Amino acid sequence: MSAIQPPSNRLWWKEPIERVEITWVLIAFVWCMFLFFMMPYWHVFGKQNLANEAYRNTPEKYTAKVQEMISKYKVREETGLNDVKIPVVKPPAGSDVYLIARLWQWEPILELEEGQTYRLHLMSLDWLHGFSLQPENINIEVHPNYEHILTVQPSKPGTYSIICNEYCGLNHHTMVSKLFVTAKK
Amino acid sequence: MAINRMFRTCPTTGLKFHQPAESLMRWNAVVGVVALLVGGILALLVTLTRWQAVHLLSPDMFYMVLTGHGLNMLVFWIIFFEIAVLYFASSTLLNCRLATPRLAWVGFWLMVVGMLMNNYAVFVRGDSSVMFTSYAPMGAHWSFYLGLILFAVGALIGCFVFFGTLVVGKAERTYNGSVPLVTFGAVTAAVIAVFTIASGAIILIPTFLWSIGLVPNIDSLMYRHIWWAFGHSSQQINVSAHVAVWYAGAAIVFGAKPMSEKVSRTAFLLYILFITIASAHHLLVDPGLTSSWKILNTSYAFYLAVLASMVHGLTVPGSIEVAQRAKGFNKGLFEWLRKAPWGNPAFASIFISIIGFGFLGGISGVILGTEQLNIIMHNTFYVPGHFHATVVLGTTMAFMGMTYFLIPVMFRRELAFPKVAQWQPYVFGLGMTVFSLFMMGAGTLGVPRRHWDISFSGNPLGFEFPGTAWLMIGLLAIGGLIAVVGGGMYLLVTVYSVFLGKKIETPGFQMVHAKDGVAAAPAAPVAASLTGSGSGTHAFGASGTFVLALVFLVAFVLYYFINWKYLSTVWPLK
Repeated sequence: MSAIQPPSNRLWWKEPIERVEITWVLIAFVWCMFLFFMMPYWHVFGKQNLANEAYRNTPEKYTAKVQEMISKYKVREETGLNDVKIPVVKPPAGSDVYLIARLWQWEPILELEEGQTYRLHLMSLDWLHGFSLQPENINIEVHPNYEHILTVQPSKPGTYSIICNEYCGLNHHTMVSKLFVTAKK
Repeated sequence: MAINRMFRTCPTTGLKFHQPAESLMRWNAVVGVVALLVGGILALLVTLTRWQAVHLLSPDMFYMVLTGHGLNMLVFWIIFFEIAVLYFASSTLLNCRLATPRLAWVGFWLMVVGMLMNNYAVFVRGDSSVMFTSYAPMGAHWSFYLGLILFAVGALIGCFVFFGTLVVGKAERTYNGSVPLVTFGAVTAAVIAVFTIASGAIILIPTFLWSIGLVPNIDSLMYRHIWWAFGHSSQQINVSAHVAVWYAGAAIVFGAKPMSEKVSRTAFLLYILFITIASAHHLLVDPGLTSSWKILNTSYAFYLAVLASMVHGLTVPGSIEVAQRAKGFNKGLFEWLRKAPWGNPAFASIFISIIGFGFLGGISGVILGTEQLNIIMHNTFYVPGHFHATVVLGTTMAFMGMTYFLIPVMFRRELAFPKVAQWQPYVFGLGMTVFSLFMMGAGTLGVPRRHWDISFSGNPLGFEFPGTAWLMIGLLAIGGLIAVVGGGMYLLVTVYSVFLGKKIETPGFQMVHAKDGVAAAPAAPVAASLTGSGSGTHAFGASGTFVLALVFLVAFVLYYFINWKYLSTVWPLK
């Protein structure tokens, strides 16, 4: 009896399983367990994990913190789309650094130092955005009202880009910015 | 009102069709194919825009068309067809009348109205380009959400008609013993569908109320969390449904018997138990959720649903191998496969579906769904690359194969343009494979999904993607165009056959009035089948399939570790 008919043997659950089938089930099961334990393993021994540190916040409070950082550590300006001036900040190594995502801009531009660790705060002021650091290819979802904190350690100096990879409306494809990493002193 | 008990026996297959069930199946399938046609035209426009050498549409048109493409393909085409599959797997396979056909029609019309309303919001109003996912707080017009809600209610009615039909079959004893494996797979799909639609209601109803101003605020994280219990689970309905179609195809084309009812049914049961917790796949780089929650949920609790898919991936081709070897194609490891009916589009579609779903869709899905690996892939082109391999190469391909079988059986028309039909699965399969592969490649290089212009429209702070990324986008566009041609061939054959194809006349045809009563006992005596299907007769009767499965495993393991290697080179993150 084929798969579109009732099983010919009413007691089908008592039929023995073929060797080839049970062998494959066992191999697949072992592999699945491996796939599972790889994730906790990487939390212990790997270097790329998210700490899941996050707080609820409001756009006003978050903006105030960012403005404070900008006024303290601004070093110059870069010109974005439509001649908008975007501040570049160079906060001290090991400090908390902030990034605002909003329609359709990242602010400010961060200048970090190779090999140092920073607590990077991400939050959106309006809709969902996607933090996508290129060419490193680190991608983080950015929510409104949730301040997400990652500890990052830039490993190579250079000019990086942050593109938005969560669709955020008509000018989504213009939402892009830079991130500078300077060589170790 | 008297119950309609009129049945037609298909002279070719011997399947019995309940009259109202048959028209419901036909109409659901036809409307599904209309949605496929609309979605296909939109697919062409999307491809020609993302191919930056052509860049056909303006940004507002592009985001609108992309929204409509997602909804018409992922929701309307697939769910209409699935409702037809549910009615087939219950009423037809159990020789049983469909429960409450009039209610089923109410469900059907709700789905049609919902589909039209949603498309109205997207295309006529033009103010609802919020993508398939419609992430709050980005808002669409209320008719966008209401359309989806009506559609979901209609689909839910369809699921309950299916469950009712199972009850009718049992009560009127139209079959003997347990339901067929394919019906069991359909039960799995329907159970997951109920969960899915409930999740959809929990999030879309408040969002609808928000769109008309009755709810002040929708939290973005809550939205994503619950919406994906709807959005991802609906893809798991597809998996269950297309695996059921694989088994049906093996049974119809080869008369294949499941290798072991126990193993295949347990695998379906694992889907019910674990596959619905997959909403975490989409939240792996979101704030506010702990890693332990992410790991348990993204792995479907220890990857038990992945185990289920790996089992089906062996047992379906394995059952074909056993059936072919029994017919004498016994030479070496692969004669059974070489001598398979490659010219039969029903078989070719299903075989390509199994391979494409496993190698491309399945492996990439596990990689994407690994907590840390998601960091280097989230929202890149890798994501649509993955789900085009699962939903198009897997589900759509399998459903296409099913229609080639159903047109002569259900519509009583010969397949028009048999040569085109013969080539169709290969053209479509090749196109989609190239498309998905290069999409994943471009995603690995960081190219974002849902993006109109990867040159960032002249923003001086823009990023310059490497030449390889641009090349891959060109190649995936060519794959997409080939797939559109393959989709067009499918529509040509099916639409022409259904409406203008040569009628298959059956002399002396008449409907039969069925009576309640006990179904005949299964043909094979119990004692014989107990010994007949055991390991004695064909121990390692599926050795060729086993070798193919090992090839799959090696590809899986290698590709898995390549991605960990790649992750280990990016900036340390804590």
